[in-house]
Amino acid sequence: MATYASIKYDMDLSSNATGTGAMTLLSTQTASSSSTISFTSGIDSTYKEYVFKFYDIHPATNDTELQVGFRDGSTAYDATKTTTYFNSLHYENDSATSLAYVAGHDQAQATGFLKIITTGLGNDNDQSCAGELILYDPSNTTFVKHFISRGTAAHQEDLTQDVFVAGYCNVTAAIDGVQFKMSSGDIDSGVIKLYGIS
Amino acid sequence: MATYQDSRYNIALPSGAGGSLVHIKTIAASSDSTISFVDGTSDVVLDNTYRTYIFKFINIHAGSDDVLFSVGFRDGSTAYDATKTTTLFQTEHNESDSGTPVFTYATGDDLAQGTGFQVMTRNLGTGNDECASGELWLFNPSSTTYVKHFMFKSNINSNDDSSDASYGAGYCNVTAAIDAVQFKFNSGNIDAGTFKLYGIA
Repeated sequence: MATYASIKYDMDLSSNATGTGAMTLLSTQTASSSSTISFTSGIDSTYKEYVFKFYDIHPATNDTELQVGFRDGSTAYDATKTTTYFNSLHYENDSATSLAYVAGHDQAQATGFLKIITTGLGNDNDQSCAGELILYDPSNTTFVKHFISRGTAAHQEDLTQDVFVAGYCNVTAAIDGVQFKMSSGDIDSGVIKLYGIS
Repeated sequence: MATYQDSRYNIALPSGAGGSLVHIKTIAASSDSTISFVDGTSDVVLDNTYRTYIFKFINIHAGSDDVLFSVGFRDGSTAYDATKTTTLFQTEHNESDSGTPVFTYATGDDLAQGTGFQVMTRNLGTGNDECASGELWLFNPSSTTYVKHFMFKSNINSNDDSSDASYGAGYCNVTAAIDAVQFKFNSGNIDAGTFKLYGIA
């Protein structure tokens, strides 16, 4: 017999119901000396847009970058990507600023993990990065899969960096998994949340 | 006396079901010359109900090769010709990794008190897998005191096989309310794609 607990949310809410929203939290993962953080379920045709939010990502190793890989059919996160990367920076001591394209961090039909936040994250106790990554229509099997990210970081040289990355998985296979890891060492701590936008 | 009608939504929603991002309207393009969101038409809300509106454009596929995706705002007449001053900068990186990646201010595609449509991408192709995705934020369109700010970002798989990102912002330099927004290419139809409008409560 169905109980109230099992049926209470199985109802249609009218369009004017307050409290309903188009942004649905699908998963929260907390890093704890984790080599990788993987989202292996819930990325499908349910939503046309998925958003990953990064909070206080702290690396175990100094001078590293947060990276992302996309899974397109196999067990590997090696979908082919072409991307762009630019950032601004400003030193805490006001000694320098910059706005520049970073050729070494973009990709051209590459299958490796993509650096999405900073050119050298610090691992001091108070250093971390935060940001978001939008992935469009990952289940589509006709078009490339676009993504756009922006992140900010406390760089190991004591500067702030604002990082803009965009690109596409140049595959027609569906993207059904996304993995994050540092360019070296573990993700010491931090939270990554996945939302679907209906 | 409280009725069920009064109370039926006064319930605790499960974790993740709540939120301030409210879906208003989805439009699927199919060989359309334009896609328009008009306040009060076809369930579209674009008034003082929300202070922030977000348009999402997903997998926009062009009907013609080498075209630019663009947006216009309506400020009282039937035309999408609200005066705008804008900035636009862009990146480009070829799949072949040839040449130097582009990172540039797009002088030719910004507007200075222009009434034409604002370009939001670099040049799209019509390859089967080529398309554009991105979003446009419009702030407080119903204000009749201030200019109406907007900002957008997009990424495309271009007609010359590169990943091109565009980042733009600006304002409609009018005090009239903006009550409709239209998307189109500078040439040809929108062959396919999904457009969504959200309000932030």
